[in-house]
Amino acid sequence: MSDSTAIANGAPAEAQHEHPPYQRHHFASVEQQADTTNFAMWLFLLTEVMFFGGLFTAYLIMRNWYYQPFVDASHQLSIFWGTANTAVLIASSFTMAMAVWSAEVRRKGTLLLFLCLTLVFGFIFLGIKGIEWHEKWEKHHIPGEHYSVQSFVNPQSDPEVYKEYHDAPLPADAAQKTVEYFFLYFAMTGMHALHMVIGVGILIFMIFRARSGAYTTGHVTFVENFGLYWHFVDIIWIYLFALLYLISRH
Amino acid sequence: MSAATIVNLPDQSTARIPKMNFLTKENGLLSWLLTGDHKRIATLYLISITFFFFIGGALAGLIRLELLTPQTSLMAADTYNKVFTMHGVIMVFFFLVPSVPATLGNFLMPMMIGAKDLALPKVNLLSWYPYIIAGFMAIYTMAAGGVDTGWTFTTPLSTHYLNTHVISTGLAIFVAGFSSIFTGLNFIVTIHKMRCPGMTWFRLPLFVWSNYAASILMVLGTPVLAITLVLVVLERTMHIGVFDPAFGGDPILFQHLFWFYSHPAVYIMILPGMGVISEVVSTFSRKRVFGYTAVAFSSVAIAVFGFFVWAHHMFIMGISNYAALIFSLLTMLVAVPSAIKIFNWTFTLYKGSITFETPMLYAFGFMGLFTIGGLTGVFLGTTGTDIHLTETYFIVAHFHFVMVGGMLMAFLSGIHFWWPKWTGRMYPEKISQLAAVVTFIGFNFTFFPQFILGMLGMPRRYAAYPPEFQALNVFSTAGATILGIGYLLPIIYLTWSLKYGAVAGNNAWQATGLEWQTQSPPLTENFAEIPIMDHEAYDYEWLEKMQEKEVASVG
Repeated sequence: MSDSTAIANGAPAEAQHEHPPYQRHHFASVEQQADTTNFAMWLFLLTEVMFFGGLFTAYLIMRNWYYQPFVDASHQLSIFWGTANTAVLIASSFTMAMAVWSAEVRRKGTLLLFLCLTLVFGFIFLGIKGIEWHEKWEKHHIPGEHYSVQSFVNPQSDPEVYKEYHDAPLPADAAQKTVEYFFLYFAMTGMHALHMVIGVGILIFMIFRARSGAYTTGHVTFVENFGLYWHFVDIIWIYLFALLYLISRH
Repeated sequence: MSAATIVNLPDQSTARIPKMNFLTKENGLLSWLLTGDHKRIATLYLISITFFFFIGGALAGLIRLELLTPQTSLMAADTYNKVFTMHGVIMVFFFLVPSVPATLGNFLMPMMIGAKDLALPKVNLLSWYPYIIAGFMAIYTMAAGGVDTGWTFTTPLSTHYLNTHVISTGLAIFVAGFSSIFTGLNFIVTIHKMRCPGMTWFRLPLFVWSNYAASILMVLGTPVLAITLVLVVLERTMHIGVFDPAFGGDPILFQHLFWFYSHPAVYIMILPGMGVISEVVSTFSRKRVFGYTAVAFSSVAIAVFGFFVWAHHMFIMGISNYAALIFSLLTMLVAVPSAIKIFNWTFTLYKGSITFETPMLYAFGFMGLFTIGGLTGVFLGTTGTDIHLTETYFIVAHFHFVMVGGMLMAFLSGIHFWWPKWTGRMYPEKISQLAAVVTFIGFNFTFFPQFILGMLGMPRRYAAYPPEFQALNVFSTAGATILGIGYLLPIIYLTWSLKYGAVAGNNAWQATGLEWQTQSPPLTENFAEIPIMDHEAYDYEWLEKMQEKEVASVG
């Protein structure tokens, strides 16, 4: 990064290099640079909070309006897969934290190990999400032309869910409102999954860079900031898990 | 006009533009497209927003031409709907929101706080690309047949009833949102972390304060608009309703989410303009801005209050009486910090050594027109009168007084004020004074009749109207042609001045800001060495001492 700016300045590269190569030319010190990018990352996460905030608002209002359809629709989600995914994500947050630590103590081997583990957990999460979405597809619970209210007007037709919750059948108009739940479910988990995919992409990029020793020179800002992003995506999931899966179990 | 002037140009027979500056540093298209230099990115923005301004302006011209006669004579009603929608979308999202922050803010912020660049130069460059991509998407939409929802995308109209290009417009605004998030984020980080030694918070120029406040709004508001538009697009593609009542959705929810951004957005548009006015008023009355701290905090107060008034756009949309009451009260409160600014600028003028160069003329225009715009805002914030006035031309006039009379005046004021810094050359003074006066006259002719039209009950957003409104509409259209000349003039003489303008020297206005203490156009690194701020903002005595010292050392 810094090299390109040094060249852009037209000055001989050596003259600019009293400071470490990763320090950008417009910062007075490495500490200022680390501080600044860190602060920027927190601000970026704040915008993400506002972004998801809009979805959460819509969800809470709709849930208040259509309480029973939302409860019944929520029963369609698999607690098993949800819990498994939560565990996977928390584990990945742990390995990510360890990756940041490895970068700080400059251990390239452990850094690579933990980054790869985080990547694997990320893939597992997306895989499980895929299984869950596929199940919705099979039951025609994806909003759109093929949406079916069968499981809600006639709960017995869906024995797996019925034996657990014994939901009373919903009247046809209320059953139609379950589509709102699934719309928001897909919007929220989809937006979350998109963040995961972006995270996985950056992880792969980081693994390549880490192999050439990029993060074990004492300049760990990038890893640290990515860690913040990863933990943030994890926290969003915790809220989704509580609001979409757990909220209707008593 | 008095002969007094503070313009201080170097001897033209010997003066030269410095050979080494940010414009001449590197050549070639790529050196611009891949630059990290905030001044070059600001230049890119300046060119692109001017382009969009003229597209939006042409559409405004079409609107006024159509309204010349009571019948739909120039275009069909649905074409008219598309024209005013595109006018709104382009002017709001592609001109007003980025106007001052992305151009002047980008250019000046680092220099004003004594830094070499914004904190995140690559993010800064990254903010320009979404803007351009989004701009092309908007133009594509227009070419492909346009969109006719109005810039407010009211649901369920936008989600189910209209057969126009809502999706591509929505996505264009979504993408443009990234641009303003990145800019806002960059400014906040820069102001927190990049100030030079001695530059405390209360030594910052007020321009920096107001951009800081606007940045907070950008960072907190824009993501909400983004998710709202995503939901509209999803709703339209998948035919599910979060917002459409026919499918069990809630159109009021859309209004809440949309105005949660779009009301603060008007403060995003106006606050940076207020910053420009603070700088200009101080410089051309040779006085420190009266009540510096109050003006600084009033910017922050506007940003904070700005987030709690959005429902005043919804008084007739079925929110409860109690909500209307509270939001009406909160709306009145926003008038307080805005009034603090106006009063303090006025008091700055009091006993100042005022000179009337172009930026100051525009600033006067701002103060008058913004005050009218702001006060009519109080009419609209009062629930009783709002029911009568909303959805009429009164709203149109109010909004244009604040945005065109306020923000555009401030933008032009700032462009003239910092033009010598940006290009190293002066614009021609006499003709630009003329342009400022023409703009002011044309503006009043255009928009003042619209207040009366609104009071008389002429609804907005219709291509045809009852014949008794024609006289005032003719006034308005005639004014628009004058206004158009007022905007064409600057682009002509400013372009002319790039080659033929007088060489401006470092500090053409004898202003105190750090940006004036370096060469014009500045070096890529802004300063030969990082400055140390050893005086308060707007300290004209300090400037005098500095100049004396220089003369002494040269002599």
